[in-house]
Amino acid sequence: MAQVQLEHISKVFGEGADATTAVDDVSLTIDDHEFMILLGPSGCGKSTLLRMVAGLEDPTSGDLLIDGLRVNDVEPKLRDVAMVFQSYALYPHKTVQRNIEFPLKVRGVSKAERAKEAERAAEVLGLTDYLRRKPGQLSGGQRQRVALARAIVRRPAVFLMDEPLSNLDAKLRGDTRAELVDLHRRLNSTFIYVTHDQVEAMTMGTRVAVINKGRIEQVGSPQEVYDAPASTFVAQFIGTPPMNLLPPGMIGASDVQIGVRPEHLRVDPSGTITGSVRQLEHLGHEVLLLAEGDGGLHLTARIAPHDQVPGVGDVVRFTADERFLHRFDAATGVRLP
Amino acid sequence: MRADVPHGLRRVGRYSLLALVSAVVLFPIWAVLMQAFKSGPDALNHPESLLPTNLTLDTVRAAWTEGELGRALFNSVVVAVVVTICVMLVSLLSAFAFSFLQFPGKGVVFVAFVATMLVPAEVTVVVNRRTVESWGWLNSYQGLIIPSLASTFGMLLLRQMFLQLPKELREAASLDGVGNMRFLWEVAAPLSRPTLGALGLFTFLGTWNAYLWPSQIIKDRDHRTIQIALEGLSGAQINRFNLVTGGLVIASLPIFAMLVVFQRQLVRGLTAGAVKG
Amino acid sequence: MKRRLRDVPGAVAMLLPSMLLLAVWTVYPLVKAFINGTKSCDSTGTRCTDVGWQQYSNVWSSREFQDALAVSLKLALMTVPTGLILGVGLAVLADKHLRGIGFFRTVFSSTVATSVAVASLVWVVLLQPEIGVLSDLFSGWIPSLKNPGLLRDPGTALPAVALSSVWANLGFTFIVVTAGLQSIPRDLYESAYVDGASSWRRFTNVTLPMLTPSLLFIVVVLTTRALQAYGEIALLTQGGPNPEKSTTTIPYLIYGENSLIRNNLGLKSAAAVLLFLVSLVFAVVQYRGFEKRVQYAR
Repeated sequence: MAQVQLEHISKVFGEGADATTAVDDVSLTIDDHEFMILLGPSGCGKSTLLRMVAGLEDPTSGDLLIDGLRVNDVEPKLRDVAMVFQSYALYPHKTVQRNIEFPLKVRGVSKAERAKEAERAAEVLGLTDYLRRKPGQLSGGQRQRVALARAIVRRPAVFLMDEPLSNLDAKLRGDTRAELVDLHRRLNSTFIYVTHDQVEAMTMGTRVAVINKGRIEQVGSPQEVYDAPASTFVAQFIGTPPMNLLPPGMIGASDVQIGVRPEHLRVDPSGTITGSVRQLEHLGHEVLLLAEGDGGLHLTARIAPHDQVPGVGDVVRFTADERFLHRFDAATGVRLP
Repeated sequence: MRADVPHGLRRVGRYSLLALVSAVVLFPIWAVLMQAFKSGPDALNHPESLLPTNLTLDTVRAAWTEGELGRALFNSVVVAVVVTICVMLVSLLSAFAFSFLQFPGKGVVFVAFVATMLVPAEVTVVVNRRTVESWGWLNSYQGLIIPSLASTFGMLLLRQMFLQLPKELREAASLDGVGNMRFLWEVAAPLSRPTLGALGLFTFLGTWNAYLWPSQIIKDRDHRTIQIALEGLSGAQINRFNLVTGGLVIASLPIFAMLVVFQRQLVRGLTAGAVKG
Repeated sequence: MKRRLRDVPGAVAMLLPSMLLLAVWTVYPLVKAFINGTKSCDSTGTRCTDVGWQQYSNVWSSREFQDALAVSLKLALMTVPTGLILGVGLAVLADKHLRGIGFFRTVFSSTVATSVAVASLVWVVLLQPEIGVLSDLFSGWIPSLKNPGLLRDPGTALPAVALSSVWANLGFTFIVVTAGLQSIPRDLYESAYVDGASSWRRFTNVTLPMLTPSLLFIVVVLTTRALQAYGEIALLTQGGPNPEKSTTTIPYLIYGENSLIRNNLGLKSAAAVLLFLVSLVFAVVQYRGFEKRVQYAR
């Protein structure tokens, strides 16, 4: 299996005045057997990063190593990576079986061997009954599985996945998340997974790299990233609803910005943060309370539904434990120790 | 939809109009058919009789033997089939290069390709005839076939189709180690079947119907195409004049059959050509 | 290898066949034709002397070329508008959901299967003065059908050729307009209908503007075909009747069996290049003229 190393990788599209930097000096080591999530908003460069690992794009500068070997100039087919695309990229005119077999056929595997491998992969993904169908006759979830089967049949060292769940409906997405984690455990190989969905990142990754504007903001386990976001960007990108950022100076020094997650805000008459309730969202298991206050203060708090819930327009005081407060540099957004 | 005219009446009116116009459009074809299936004297003495009475195959048969149409049909089929296959192959290759490959100067080369479409046959025929002559290709299949392969229409049509294929297909294939030729053969070409079909149909029709080029380079009977053979029939004496009608029937039958079978594809192909070409 | 250059060998290999073909059969003859137009050659075409670009203006202003150009333009004037109107008319007539409409569509598009040679010979059969079908049927009303015959009367020969080519092109125009009509979104008609537009208004305000790209295509193709008409002339009139040469188009002047310049490579080339330039000017003017409307239609 394989370790993937990115060393000072940059990617610039265009030239001269039109040049845009998609990836800016990214260094990252993805260990063997890891399920690494590249998480960020659209246009942050995460897909470009993945495509460079695949060999579909060349880095403008920096080195890309797989198992210690520099592969910058190695053709995609020799990198021993498989990729699952957001659109699945199945061959519409081939049956499911032929789709799954195709990578083996290209490698000159014998017909009998191909069929055996395809059936095995189909079984792993529950596609056995659909081998004779064409992709057009399958549901979105089934097509997604065919794309996965086509990737695993090759037994690549590294799996690359580019938002593979984003075309599925919410229910199916949840089920497939669990299956992917299961698949990762069974295959025991390296996964690199691109998504903009922080729920996918939290639930599936062994580690998450949060990317913004072509740069890595933070790398860590999902819990680390959640508990100790390295910047205000990470703090707001991970967690729904996002972390509240108080106007600088409201608590503490004026060059420090305090952040507090909605679940850590408590309604408390002796609290130091004041706001008036603007809206209540009843979600059943909890209530989201949206409040506004002086100095451009916008707050979201999670409240248990059966506690006494204030009404819209009420002025409410909030408090939070010291240990749940996050401190950021007000100018740079970087986490303070 | 005016309310004052009853619906049924309007429909009758439209059908009558359609039938009338059809009759006018079909009249020349009908007249030729009737002439062709009359006996020689009948055709000469009663050309005005347009009802199918006393039908006979004599004229068609006579045209077949005297015009050596069997040979001409064979030549036309050989030339049209070979040209069609070769044009599809050559166009597939160049369209693939322009859609899926990156190379320096691609834009310039592409514009140069498209620019050649503006050059009419009238300009090139004189020189091409001399080229063919100097290569000893007058009165030969290769003289009919090879110069007819120089066309960019197919490349444009297929490129348009290729560019509509999702980029991820090529990317996924390249990760699997699929080379250009294999991708073209196993993925791009099968997915472009309707476009390929239309291209094949157009090329076949165009080659089958070509007149100017064959008329300039074919003088012997062994290599003339059906269109040239027809001209020979029309040059016959007045009392054999009806022979040409038999020839017309023979020459048109295969094409009409093709048209009936592939009509939808023709419309689709022309749409692509009309809107995008 | 760098990605930029990785594809180069493949691209060269794949483009080579078409590049060779185009180089030998299109680019070389085009360049050669331009050069040949400046030469004066003997009848075998082997010994040539350079007479310079002067020859182009000589050919252009020659009586023969001007006459042929006039014939070609007249033919275009007779065939293009008629063909366009008939094509649109037929397509609109058949663009209705009626039982059996498929049959009428096949009939209207049938002439697309006729070659220039077949279509021309069909009209020879119809118009031949002694035993032509039409000549026999209608000579009572139109005596010139019999004597001298439509194709042999200097006044009617060119219109008769035009008739034949309008008929032959009908299938093509019908198919293009039908395809254009089918790509007009239905909701445009429905919204016009809901707005209370009469059927004529719907035609002029929805159908025609949306058809403009198809119509432009037809106009350009029909004009090109008219300017390049050779087969129909060779089969119907051989450029005659003479001595008026009423149907000697430029292509027939160049390639015709009894052409004056048949054996003069230099003059032939000059005339062919001039014809090319005339067609080019027409195509450019037509595209320009339509351009605004095409964009407006979108």
